[in-house]
Amino acid sequence: MLIEAVNIVLLALLAATAIAAVRLHDLFAVAMMFGIYSLLAAVMFVLLDALDVAFTEAAVGVGISTVLMLATIGLVGRHELPSTHRSLLPLAVVVATGAALIYGTLDMPFFGDPGAPVHQHVAPYYISQSPHQTGLPNVVTSVLASYRGYDTLGELAVIFTAGVGVLALLGLRRRKRPGKHRTAQ
Amino acid sequence: MIDNPVLRIIAKIIIPMILLFALYVQFHGDFGPGGGFQAGVIFAAGFILYGLVFGTESLRSAVPPAVLRLLIAVGLALFAGVGVITMLAGSDYLAYNALSEDPIAGQHLGILVVEFGVGVTVSAVMITIFLAFAGRNDP
Repeated sequence: MLIEAVNIVLLALLAATAIAAVRLHDLFAVAMMFGIYSLLAAVMFVLLDALDVAFTEAAVGVGISTVLMLATIGLVGRHELPSTHRSLLPLAVVVATGAALIYGTLDMPFFGDPGAPVHQHVAPYYISQSPHQTGLPNVVTSVLASYRGYDTLGELAVIFTAGVGVLALLGLRRRKRPGKHRTAQ
Repeated sequence: MIDNPVLRIIAKIIIPMILLFALYVQFHGDFGPGGGFQAGVIFAAGFILYGLVFGTESLRSAVPPAVLRLLIAVGLALFAGVGVITMLAGSDYLAYNALSEDPIAGQHLGILVVEFGVGVTVSAVMITIFLAFAGRNDP
């Protein structure tokens, strides 16, 4: 009963934060709203017992991505330009997509349903065999690093590629001639 | 560079704690929540806080771009290299059992090295992205 109340409050706060982020025009405040949104999402993950995911959401969503957004705002200015286009078509697209997604969830198993396909495939094997095969108490780590090592290697390659891409596009070298060419670059 | 003394002193006090906590998350990930990715991000957050308070120029001299570029590749090479070693030992790619006589010890060693590789690349990439964005406003 208490957990339902906490969930309802958290979801209401999530919705309120999202609406505030859309309606605000000060991009600094919007970046802060995104940070709060990620923090609330991290709390939701803790309530869902997904501590590793909560950890990542709190570190990346609240910390790093907020700082990166602020760094970008420092480059582009903190005020949103007034919108010149009509927003009826985008609204229709969003409503249609949202309705399709909600329709899609009607087929999904209930949260925590032990008969759900995701709990029937390889998960029981990992959970029962991980202590004997890897000797690790944290099954998340043994799945990520050992059973699903290829996937994690692929994810690391994605992060590596992101870093290389940023280096190739922006670089780390200080520009030699600031001043009049500054805005052109 | 921010001249607020409170911010500077607090940053100096908590940055070592952030880095120490990152190392804890890195090497305790086998037993509790966390692992290489989270540790890498937290480790990078310590450096990014340093860059925010003391300026990107100070951060650049603390971790030179050449070192960052090297570390980005070293982490991924560590991960991929473990797979090559297990293949040389006569097993499948990334089958850590081949790393030691005892399969459990092999798994432990493999996961430790692989998670360390993840942490190195993730933290180097995060600091790089921050420097690439925030450093563009440098005079």
